[in-house]
Amino acid sequence: MRSPERWGLGALAVLLVVILPALNALPAGSALRLPDFTLNLFGKFLAYAILALGIDLIWGYTGVLSLGHGVFFGLGAYAMGMHLMLEIGTQSVYRNVLPDFMVWNRVTELPVFWRPFYSASFTLLAVLAVPAVVASIFGYLTFRSRIRGVYFSIITQALALSSWLMFNRNAMNLGGTNGLSGFKTVFGWTLNSAATQRGLYIATAVCLCGAYALCRFITRSPAGKVLVAIRDSETRVLFSGYSPASFKLFVFAISAVLAGVAGALYVPQVGIITPAKIGVLPSIEMIIWVAVGGRGTLLGPVVGAVGVNWLQSILTTNYPDLWLFVLGGLFVAVVLFFPDGVVGTAGKLVGRARWWIAGTPARMVQRPVASSRGDGVEPPAEAPSVQAR
Amino acid sequence: MSKSVLVALALLSGLVIPAAAPGAAPTPSAEIAKHIAEVASSDAAVQEAAAVALGKTGDRNILPLLEALREGSVYVRAAPGGVKETVIVGDKVTEDDKTMVPLFSAYGRTPLTGPGGKPVLAELSSLTDVPAGRSLRLVLRPLIDAFAGQSDLSNADPATRRGAATKMGNGGDASALPVLERALATERDRWVRFSIEEAIALIRLRSGADAERVGAAEALGRLKSANALERLRELSTDAQAPPALRAAARVAVKRIERWALLTQAIEIGFQGLSLSSILLLMALGLAIIFGLMGVINMAHGELMALGAYATFLMQGWVQAYWPTHFDYYFLAALPFSFLVAGAAGFVLERGVIRFLYGRPLETLLLTWGVSLIIQQGLRLWFGAANVDVTSPRWLSGGIPVMIGVQLPYNRLFIIGLAVVCVSGMYLLLFRTDAGLRIRAVTQNRGMASCLGVRARWVDAGTFALGAGLAGLAGCALTQIGNVGPELGQNYIVDSFMVVVTGGVGKLLGSILAAVGIGGLNKIIEPSLGAVFGKVLILILVILFIQRRPSGLFAAKGRYAEP
Repeated sequence: MRSPERWGLGALAVLLVVILPALNALPAGSALRLPDFTLNLFGKFLAYAILALGIDLIWGYTGVLSLGHGVFFGLGAYAMGMHLMLEIGTQSVYRNVLPDFMVWNRVTELPVFWRPFYSASFTLLAVLAVPAVVASIFGYLTFRSRIRGVYFSIITQALALSSWLMFNRNAMNLGGTNGLSGFKTVFGWTLNSAATQRGLYIATAVCLCGAYALCRFITRSPAGKVLVAIRDSETRVLFSGYSPASFKLFVFAISAVLAGVAGALYVPQVGIITPAKIGVLPSIEMIIWVAVGGRGTLLGPVVGAVGVNWLQSILTTNYPDLWLFVLGGLFVAVVLFFPDGVVGTAGKLVGRARWWIAGTPARMVQRPVASSRGDGVEPPAEAPSVQAR
Repeated sequence: MSKSVLVALALLSGLVIPAAAPGAAPTPSAEIAKHIAEVASSDAAVQEAAAVALGKTGDRNILPLLEALREGSVYVRAAPGGVKETVIVGDKVTEDDKTMVPLFSAYGRTPLTGPGGKPVLAELSSLTDVPAGRSLRLVLRPLIDAFAGQSDLSNADPATRRGAATKMGNGGDASALPVLERALATERDRWVRFSIEEAIALIRLRSGADAERVGAAEALGRLKSANALERLRELSTDAQAPPALRAAARVAVKRIERWALLTQAIEIGFQGLSLSSILLLMALGLAIIFGLMGVINMAHGELMALGAYATFLMQGWVQAYWPTHFDYYFLAALPFSFLVAGAAGFVLERGVIRFLYGRPLETLLLTWGVSLIIQQGLRLWFGAANVDVTSPRWLSGGIPVMIGVQLPYNRLFIIGLAVVCVSGMYLLLFRTDAGLRIRAVTQNRGMASCLGVRARWVDAGTFALGAGLAGLAGCALTQIGNVGPELGQNYIVDSFMVVVTGGVGKLLGSILAAVGIGGLNKIIEPSLGAVFGKVLILILVILFIQRRPSGLFAAKGRYAEP
């Protein structure tokens, strides 16, 4: 990687991890002070960015479009939420050791699967392990039988739908439609103090940097090359002696873990997790973050997740009716006009500008996505439909 | 005010009896005439006795008088010639600053006419009020009910006759027995006979002598009457009931319960079939579009919602401009919803989708975006709440096929519609030139183009066709489900499962998959609940495509994958 890019990334990391929280820590009344609310909002966006990185890994690089990542996000979030619920203890409305919704549902004893979540270290492990295990089982079943392309997408969408239905049920003992909320502390720190929120923000930003580094490591390793090869022609990879299913399974699990981590970071900052975050709509919205930012680049999903969510929070407060039109329009526009997303398009423009200035055909920034359709289908001018099957 | 308007008013106020032509007024028998005079008596006991006697006659011309008595609109007037006459008064009209009431005869409620056929108007103050006390009203009520039941029992519509019999049976009033028995003797319709027999047995079970009650319990068991189940269960455990009755009740309960199991199974099967039909209508369009063009149309559910809202609009228009034919709005709505959704599909294809052939994942995202826009548009235009679509009368009710099982017309209609659509699609695809072109493009787009098939127009036409089918599905859905902006979302995942399971571009695969998934849904639902049913089906589908990755009927041949 060229060093200016490295410098840029480093500066961005410092901005996110150090400068923003420092601005927030300034005394109240200072002109430069970042309001608590804004920092909290950014914390949420950065958690989403971690998730988007995971999606980019499986979709942008490997060409597998998962419409069920909300489930993995939800698994991480619920694991964290369960621990936070138990931390409330008897400070709840009903002054009961049990979470309020259980008292409400006449549950007299803590269900067995809740008990280990008293332990903080178990919770952290579960945040990583539960999405990984679920993704592995699901991925094993689907990749092994070579379900690919749109078939995989539809199956994952069905996964999102049925998980949403499951989590909505009171019988699951996970709070039903209302989900988990009313948290007081996280690992002993009071949640509604500004310092704790700042700490959570920093943790999120650090995790994002870690996730970025991990994804960069994976995509630059030889395995990463195989992933791109799978995206561009899975059959050719198979005939070259690789096992695409294993690679896909590996990446799917990693991306699920990233989603789970994002969920776990999201919960204490937002203070509530409901099944509405798991369903079909949120899952597919996550895809658009990546698409807008630019799939097949690592910066793209971060930019997309922050940008789209920022736009959403502005629009939903000012013009609530408009947001769904804008979201729908984004889907259409990105597919039709900007298949490379913001970052990819910017990269192209930079390349072209260099070419103009230098007068020499500088290396175009070769973004694999620019030429590929990301679904394992070669891009012929008029693709015969038989290939689409 | 002209006289004709007055006549019209007078006729209109005669709600119960269709206005008889003046001059054709019925005349009461001497006995009834006597009772009619007595009803106006100031002695409450005489009044009540007369009312009961009138009720016993079963003469339908008496009903208006009894009803008028209850409402307090019966008066006595001094008829020309000094005779006192009991009359019913109609709604007040104003003439020459005086408030007048039209008069009707007590027997048959025909308008009284003066010389020259003019309706008689009188001032209320010139009439004597006939009081109706509380006790009289209490006496009147069952009499009027019996009349209503009786007249319903001789109604031309079998459903009304059945309803009347069931109501009398549930009422359990012993006085209804002779009426029911009389009706049974002349009744021809099998299902009405069943209801009447059931009602008779129910009444006997409640109020007969012991031997009669045992017989009634046995009869109810024989009739497999679900209505009687509750009562029979009580009896079978009632310690005070005679042992013979208890035993008979126990046998009957067992018999009815076994029957209920069977009817339930049939009902579930039927519901599964109608759900399958909806899924099939949707999946048919999806499968053709996907098979032909490799386009994943996530907006298919919204096209279905468009069809449903088109039905809603058509209902409103027919109601506004042609209210007399309201019941037939649905027939107009069917092609209309097809056209609306089809046109939307055509615009969608020509506008955006044609740029994306061969890129299924991108069409998936794009059509999802379109679906959000359509959905929000519907929400802003029609409101977020569900809109109300009324079933036409000819689709309400159903055919009774066996005791306890009634096949509702609306569901039958949907199944029929699906059958028609599938056969239509089959004929279109395999028996027409257009179908030949569609199949040619599906099999080998490049080759078909070379041979002169205009592939782009085939695409647009097929997409519109698939979208139109979704519109039809939406129109059909209005009859059995809610119509709201989120309508499509509830079905889209299910119908994609049908496409995935059935295999792409294969009609037979789609049909089998739709029937399988729809049926399974309804079979699992009662025992596990809707949620676990859906989850289980997902698992089954995943396991199924382990074995057959390209669905039930994979396209055969050498299809190279890149």
